[in-house]
Formats: sequence, C-alpha cells, structure tokens
Amino acid sequence: MVERIVVDPLTRIEGHLRIEVDVEDGEIINAFSSGTAFRGLEQIMVGKDPRDAWSYMQRVCGVCTHIHAIASITAVEDALGITVPKNAVLIRDIMTATQFVHDHVVHFYHLHALDWVDVVSALQADPIATSQLAQSISNWPKSSVGYFRDVQNKLRNFIESGQLGIFSNGYWGHPAYQLPPEANLMAVAHYLEALNWQKDIARIHAIFGGKNPHPNYLVGGMACAINMDNDNTINMERLNLVKTEIDKAIAFVEQVYIPDLLAIGSYYRDWTYGGGVRNHIVYGGLGNHGGNDSKDHIFPSGVILDGNLNEVHDIDVRNIDEIQEFVDHAWFEYDKGAIGLHPWDGQTKVRYNGPYPPYDNLNVEEKYSWIKTPRWQGRPMEVGPLSRILVAYARGRTDIRDLVDDSLARLNIGTNALFSALGRTLARGLEAQYMVHNLRDFYNQLLMNITSGDSRVFNNERWEPKSWPKDAIGVGFTEAPRGALGHWVKINNQTLSLYQAVVPSTWNASPIDAQGQRGPYEQSLIGVPMANQDQPLELLRIIHSFDPCLACAAHIVDIKSKKASSINILC
Amino acid sequence: MPKTYYEILRKRGFTRDEFLKGCTTLAVMLGLDYSVAPKIAEALETKPRLPVIYLNLQECTCCFESFIRSAHPLMEDLLFNMISLDYQEQLSAAAGHAVEAVRLDTIRNYPGQYLVMVEGSIPIADNGIYTTIGGQSAQQILEETARDALAVIAYGSCATNACVQGAYPNPTEARRVRDIISDVPVIDVPGCPPIAEVITGTIVHYLTFGTLPELTNLGRPKAFYNHRIHDNCSRRAYFDAGMFVEHFDDEGHKNGWCLYKVGCKGPTTYNACAITQWNNGVSWPVKSGHPCMGCSEDNWYNDNTPFYERYARFPGAVVPRNPDKIGLAITGATIAGVAIHGTATALIKGREKNQDDLDNHDNS
Repeated sequence: MVERIVVDPLTRIEGHLRIEVDVEDGEIINAFSSGTAFRGLEQIMVGKDPRDAWSYMQRVCGVCTHIHAIASITAVEDALGITVPKNAVLIRDIMTATQFVHDHVVHFYHLHALDWVDVVSALQADPIATSQLAQSISNWPKSSVGYFRDVQNKLRNFIESGQLGIFSNGYWGHPAYQLPPEANLMAVAHYLEALNWQKDIARIHAIFGGKNPHPNYLVGGMACAINMDNDNTINMERLNLVKTEIDKAIAFVEQVYIPDLLAIGSYYRDWTYGGGVRNHIVYGGLGNHGGNDSKDHIFPSGVILDGNLNEVHDIDVRNIDEIQEFVDHAWFEYDKGAIGLHPWDGQTKVRYNGPYPPYDNLNVEEKYSWIKTPRWQGRPMEVGPLSRILVAYARGRTDIRDLVDDSLARLNIGTNALFSALGRTLARGLEAQYMVHNLRDFYNQLLMNITSGDSRVFNNERWEPKSWPKDAIGVGFTEAPRGALGHWVKINNQTLSLYQAVVPSTWNASPIDAQGQRGPYEQSLIGVPMANQDQPLELLRIIHSFDPCLACAAHIVDIKSKKASSINILC
Repeated sequence: MPKTYYEILRKRGFTRDEFLKGCTTLAVMLGLDYSVAPKIAEALETKPRLPVIYLNLQECTCCFESFIRSAHPLMEDLLFNMISLDYQEQLSAAAGHAVEAVRLDTIRNYPGQYLVMVEGSIPIADNGIYTTIGGQSAQQILEETARDALAVIAYGSCATNACVQGAYPNPTEARRVRDIISDVPVIDVPGCPPIAEVITGTIVHYLTFGTLPELTNLGRPKAFYNHRIHDNCSRRAYFDAGMFVEHFDDEGHKNGWCLYKVGCKGPTTYNACAITQWNNGVSWPVKSGHPCMGCSEDNWYNDNTPFYERYARFPGAVVPRNPDKIGLAITGATIAGVAIHGTATALIKGREKNQDDLDNHDNS
C-alpha cells in the first residue's frame, strides 16, 4: 500500500520547504519538493539605482547575508566596466571566507547534527568515557571529565524541567540513531560551544561592513576606509581583532568540527543513502587568486555528469544555451510556451493553480512549487560543497585531493561513497577546513598590501551615473556556501531594466521537469527506507545534507499586470 | 510542573547566596540599580521558563541569525535557563506534524502566559498563497498563535514595516504584525535585522520585571529606540563642524568625517546602533565607514532610496543650508553648526511626533 507522507514545515533550514513523499513497504518510491513562500519585488528593482541593488538583493536571504551582495555588486561592476582596488577585493574575500566557515559550522551543529545525534541518549553517557573519547580525537582543551559531567547535568536539569524547548517532540530513540551515548554527549557539548562561538567570527563582518547580519558594501570597492593613524577607520586595532577571530576559527574548525565530523561519520559510513542526481555544477568562485580562468579559482568551475570523475565539462554562465530555467511544474508560465530561458532572457509570470490554504496536499500532477526548474544543457544539477569538492578533485587540484583522500582513508570508504548524504556532510566540513586557511591567507595578503603603501578601497571613476553607457549588461557569479550563485543584470538609462538571479536552492530544490527528471532533493529520497512513517528522521537527514535555504524564494513579478519578470530569486 | 530558574540552580548545587549574587550580576548586566536584584530573584524563583513561540513568516531569517548572535545574555543561557523556545523553525528538532503539535500544546497549556515572536510580514493577497506553512497561510498561523499570547513581539523590519517586500507596489500585499493583530499587546522591535542584544534585552526585561518595557510613541522599547543615530554618532562632531565626506575613500573618509553628504540617514533614524553597537559592541555601520541606511524606519526602502544621495528631507531646509559650501568652509563653523543643529533637532522631532499621530501606529 502506498501512503503519502507530508513534512511541512521542514524545520532546521532557512525558509519554507515542504516535502511530500509516497512510501510503499517502508521505502520512499516518489518525492516532491515544494517551496511554499514567495516575495514579489519587481517594481522595486526595475528603475532603481544599480548602486543600491546589493541592499535589496542581500535581503533575499539573511543566512547567505553576504554572498548575494557580492554577486550583485560584481554584476553591476561587470556591466559598467568597473575595476575594484586590490584591498577591496581582499576584504570581500575575507568576508566570503568568513561566511563559509560560519555557515558550515552552524549548519553542522545546529541545523544538521540532530539528524545524527540523539540528545536524550547523552544522559546515559559515562563522563569518564566521554572525556577519553574526546581526548582520543582532539587536543581541544575543554574535554575533562568534570566538563562533560557539567554538560550532562545541565542537560538533565533541562530535560527534567519538563520544558524541552527546542528539543520538544524530537525523534529521540529512533532506530536510525547509531551513536553511543558518549559520542552523543560530546556532540551536545559542542552544539552549545558552537552556538557560543559562531557569534564571534561574525565580528569580522562587523569590522569591514559595520554589522552582521546584513553588512554594508559598495559598488566599486568597500566603504571601510583604511588609515592606520585614525580612530574612525580600519586601523591596527581593527585588524588585530580580525586576526584574533581568524585564529579562534582555525582552532574551532580543526579541533572541534573536523574531529566531531569524522567521529560521527565513522558510525554512519554504512548509511549510504541520499546520492541524488549525481550531476554537479560549479560556476567558480573567489577568482582573484589564480588568474581570470574560472577553472583556476579558489573554487574551480566545471560540470560532472553521472558521477564520472574522469571527465570535467567547462561551463559558461553567459552562454544562453547552457543555463536555462523551466516552469512546467512551478507556479509560473512563459509567453513563448514550455521552453527554457537563460536568465538574460528570463521571464516570471505567475500562474497559480495550487490549493488555497488551509490545504492538506498539493496537486503534484500539476504545478506544485514557487521554485523554478533550472537545468544545465537540459540536465538537473546538484550544487554545493560536494559539487565543489568533486569538481576540484576531478580537476586534479592537489590541495583538495589531499584533504579528501586523507578523510576517506580515515573513514575507510571510497570516492563513490561521497555520492550520499554523508558525503555531502563530509564535503562541507572539508570545505570549512579549506576555507578557514584561505581566510588566513587573504588576511595576510591584505596586511602585506597595506604595508606596501596601498590604502585604496574604492574606485571613484564610474561612481557617477553620467559616466555610464546608455545600455549595459552584466553577470556576477560566485560560489555561495550552498552552491553556485549568479546574478544577471541589464542597465538602461542609468537604472536597472532587468535583474535575474539563479541561486543554489533553485538548483537543488527544483521540481520535476517536462522530461520527468526529478530535482536533486527529490531524486535523493528515492529508495530510502523509513523505519517509522510518523518520524521522518531519514528524510530529514538527507534533505538537511543539502543545507536548504528557501526563504528567498522570491520570484519577482508584477502580479497585477502579469508583465514580464525582471527578477527571480531562490536562495 | 516545570521548575523555576532558582530550583534548577539549587539542583545544580548552587547555594541561595550564590543565586542572589547571580541576580545582582544580572541586574548590573542589565544596567539596573543594585536594589533591583531582589526583584529579579523573586521573578526567577517563582516562574517556570517563559514559553516562547517564534514564527518565521514572510522573511529572510536575518532576524533569527541576529538573535543567536546575542552575547549578553548568551543564547545558551537564554535557551537553557530563561525561556523555553518551544517552536522555532531553525532550531526545533522536530518537523512537520510533530513540531506543529508542540506549538499547539504551548498555546493550549499556557494561555495568556506565552510570548510570541514574529519574524516576517504577512502576505494577504490571493487568500494567502504567497506564504504557507503546514498548509496554513501566514495570517492563519499568526492569528491562531497570537490569540492567547501574553504579548507579541514584532521582531525586525518585515514584522514592523513589511521591509523590502512591502515596498511599492507590494505585490503580495505584505502586512506588518500590527495590521493583523489588534487585541494582544504588540511590541515593535524594528531593524533589518535588530541588534541581538536589543531583542534579547527586551525579552529579559519582561522576565525580570514581569511587565512589558515602556514604549515610544511608535510602540518600540524606549531603552533602544528613543534616540536618533545622529544624536550619539561618533562622527557627529564633524557634522557640527561642517566637515563632510565628499566621496568615498577621499581624505575626509580616510579621516573619519561625517557621511551625511554620501547618503547617511542617521539624522532621521531611531535605533541603538551608535550606543549599543553590533556584534557584541564591536562596530556599527557608520563607524565602519558606510552611511546609515535607516533600516529601522517605516517605508525605509521607499523613503530612503537612492541610498547614496543626500537625504533631501533632512536637514536641507534648516541645517546646513548649503552643505556643499559648508563642506568647503571647514573652520569656524562649529559654533554656528551646534546652535543651528539644536534648532533642527527640535523641529524634526516635533514634525515626527505629528507624523506619528497621523500614522497612529501605536494604538494597541
């Protein structure tokens, strides 16, 4: 008998995601991913000052708070031919690397860990054995018997209070949990430590951008003037604070995150579900270190098809035949019918034929999501840390290869095991390790450049709109923590005439296409066993491994006049 | 029965003396007089942790991200010792029906005793299809959850002014919380996002005193929204002296001068950024070199853009009469600047109060 299971709200993500699955004999046989939120912004973007665009676009997502602004300012700079001073490039890269590290740690401990860690089981742990476990995998100083006993007492008091707060109605005791109580207790301790630590690394954004979330940026550079002899600018005290936070971040990632990841991973290495579409795309990101070719970026660009690591295809975000969006199962329609459109030709026109709230089920035979269906040369593609790690690995980048091979050896698994929920989670951790060292490198480069006598952070040549061409077209592409991110713009008469964004969760959460190809979330759930249909732990584990980010499902549209779109965003 | 904070501490091995000492520390942390400590002790001894339902509606989750950046109190302390965060989409372990059951249980078990925090606006167009959660519209969820709450905190600019999606022409008809909820006290805590310690300070105020904080005439906590950015700005002396940044990265910018002429909205923005600062007091936008964008004010995306143009409505008619000329005449303007500015401040404040009466946003 086939039973329809609905998970909505799918918690521990950013935004509003609904998953409906058909389960037969305890196994998922069909899956449907729906973004259930939408924010219309078209009339705001069109006609606006391109120098303001980053502020609007940044606010499509408060978790990806930095990277949308970067994509936006680089799209405008690309269109207007603006070159950015070296200090500003380095500061942006420091902020990007900071966001990767912050985001990946918070995802692992606060959004994902409870899929692998049974909090209540931690009450059964022996603090002595927990201390021995912690000390056997890391030299992190907070690992004494007394420390873990205190954490356990805190947890016990919390649970015995009868008010379980964020842990209420969790799936504690579920058979899919496989960690011993000691590993659970260690993970709970680090859940709390990570919560306290994550606020600190965000201070790097505040130094250069004034605040986090939603720091401030500037088309043409950065607004944080550098003057070592002034108290209202970037001076040595400010830089020292950045350096201190970088040192703390390296310690936390290497002594807490990575050891925890490998320890937890070792108990789940036989749980190989969640592979998905096995096609991966990377636009390339952090391009100013290694030349103009996006294959040489910190994150090299490329496409892998069918899990084949022996061949990497090149991609071109400007080629109108490569990246296209379809709307066959999304609540939109195109004037030209059921075709795919490149973002520079993009259109978003609402055609809602779903149920009105309150409702029990979506009509998945028809349209069922506010998320469009992007395809690369007609194929569904996964984006994110696993994609970046795989493309870099396949391109033969030795720094990434060494990281991957070392961790695979420690877990005693092969590269094929990377195509799974666990592989995605492992790749994210390795990427955090890679980025936290890049963070330190970027900081050192900034210091060296300032020491050489360069204090410029802004290029004023094309700030004034009268210096711009009448028509301009640009693209800003990079890698967000959750995957490939691109913003495409057109500027006409000094104002924006088109703004399109195709963002990571558009790729991963996309609904089925006209050819019947499922999106990555949907495909990754097929064949997954469910021990208890009322407790969808296995489903959550797989979907969370993608790090969904849905709240910016903001397909920008003029609903009243049904005019052509200028923007669509889903982060 | 849920245990009180005091009982939890006693069970953990703390003595009553240590508990009272902790209350004094808390009072100092909150900037309160020592004499308040006994009152805190009483509150923490007798009350279970405050049940809180946190709704994420039409939003971008920046407010939640800010919330967990709180340094005092630490989020761990807030979650484990002060409140019971029963429903929060980013942190709740449970999903789907299981997490919805927690929300409904809290509503049922603590009528009039739980707090609702709302991040996000409420899109009411087309029967609410533009944000649904568990098959319900944002409006249905908010009304169901707020009905028996002790109060609702509209947290962040989406909830207090519909922020970016509410800007013209507002195609999903995004509404602020006050437009939907009228029979339960609503506290506005605006900003995109608000400062972490501002929202946690507002919550701990209630935990400590058992009453809602005093509000401004716009319905915002006075402790954080009673002054303009401009009033406490670290670049204020340069404004008074007529020393302005003419364009980014010029000599004035490198010397920390006033950002008014490159678009600063500090003169019309009421927020705690210049005093409390961001990310545990490390910086704030104007300190970092970027103009204030006025993110805590109503209609800020309509009224404050283009962001990098000098704000025409302020103080153009009063001070400085011609900033371009004053920007060049650096010396000798200080005294005149201060005097004129005092007048401007009074005029602006008077005007805004009248505006407030017209808008009548604080009628709950």
